[in-house]
Amino acid sequence: MSTLTETLPAGAMWSMRITRHRLLRLTALERGANVSALFFNATQPLDRLNVPDTLKALHTAKLTRGHVLMSDMGHALVSLTEDSLGWHDPLGGHIHAAQIAEKFGASSYQKDRNDWQRNAHDNFLIELAKHGLGRRDMVANVNFFSKIAVDAAGRMSLVSGHCPAGATVGLRTEMDVLVVLANCPHPLAPSGAYPRVPVRLDIVVTEAPGADDFCRNFRPEGARALTLTERLFS
Amino acid sequence: MSTLVYTESGRKPATASYDKVIPAGEGWMHRINRGQTLRIVDLEGNQAADTFFFSAQDVSERYSAQDTIREQEAIYLTTGTKLMSNLGRPMLTITADTCGRHDTLGGACAAESNMVRYDLDRRFMHSCRDTFLWQMLTSGYPVTKRDLTHNINFFMNVPVTPEGGLQFADGVSAPGKYVELRADMDVLCLVSNCPQLNNPCNAYNPTPIQVLVWDESC
Repeated sequence: MSTLTETLPAGAMWSMRITRHRLLRLTALERGANVSALFFNATQPLDRLNVPDTLKALHTAKLTRGHVLMSDMGHALVSLTEDSLGWHDPLGGHIHAAQIAEKFGASSYQKDRNDWQRNAHDNFLIELAKHGLGRRDMVANVNFFSKIAVDAAGRMSLVSGHCPAGATVGLRTEMDVLVVLANCPHPLAPSGAYPRVPVRLDIVVTEAPGADDFCRNFRPEGARALTLTERLFS
Repeated sequence: MSTLVYTESGRKPATASYDKVIPAGEGWMHRINRGQTLRIVDLEGNQAADTFFFSAQDVSERYSAQDTIREQEAIYLTTGTKLMSNLGRPMLTITADTCGRHDTLGGACAAESNMVRYDLDRRFMHSCRDTFLWQMLTSGYPVTKRDLTHNINFFMNVPVTPEGGLQFADGVSAPGKYVELRADMDVLCLVSNCPQLNNPCNAYNPTPIQVLVWDESC
């Protein structure tokens, strides 16, 4: 039973306070999607996604099924319970207005109406403002559907052709979470035409993670973050 | 590991306008003006100097690890790296580095992340996050936890594998290794000399670091 279905057009921004134990599933409706995302404890937004804490706890530089996205207070915010891709980017950050203009050319609402080439940085700021948050709250983000390869010398490159049409990722909320999304190009996207990939979003009720939950058993660090979140409800 | 490149500095400690030793577990918050040069020295080797920067003009502009690594398209910080702000502007440039690479993926240790990483009973050990918060609270500058994000770990080596793994590798630092940064804007430098006792990267032995500042004219 779907409780919410919505399609984010290219350039869209979106935010919602999502109740605990919902599955938020994102589906790339065409190839080459990128969705930049931020997560906050909806009850206490100072308790917010911390990318380095997440990566070092899980010994990973990519995100995939089994990973728990953690706050800087050690809490599990959302868990990746579904993933058709195997790799989502936690390193590349998000795109700014100047990079959009440089890569894809000038665009304005006056000229392009709602097809204007929006950027994730400004989208995040606008969407955060709706929840009383601002630039100070805009921490390091993650990018769903994108992959950055890192070579032995540490050089980073965006892998082209990583995301086929129909790719999905599913996130289970472990507490009431403020989710902020920007369906905007990855900042390392090649120059040319502004990528226009609609992404569908479904929110459905899901089970609380039990003892045999995949994410809880993926790594002990993820299990402890889940425990710390469960303590908030004890 | 790829070959590391070392860049020496000709600056002499005797001409520095500021010189201070920071014991392990302590912090430092200090204004560095545009044109001044900051050197951080790993006095005894393999010590983590957790470091963060704010614009002195507007503290909501601050160091951004993601913007920094993406703009140079490389995850390690070394000579030539421009430390970028969350507004996409260069804050400081690394002008010398005798260590060869520094980490900005691993963040700072915290009571809460120690519970996640090691065990739930590790809450009551000293951490960089607490040092950062105390330095900010007592600095007189308008900065709080809200302003604290993803920092630099000078002297730490955190490689990424081709499979997307994050490794906490043996240190590439050694006694006396240093990194030097020229400020491209007026910044507030926030340092925690890491007290971590749970991680073999510092041989379970946190040690002092030294900070020196040279003025533009020197």
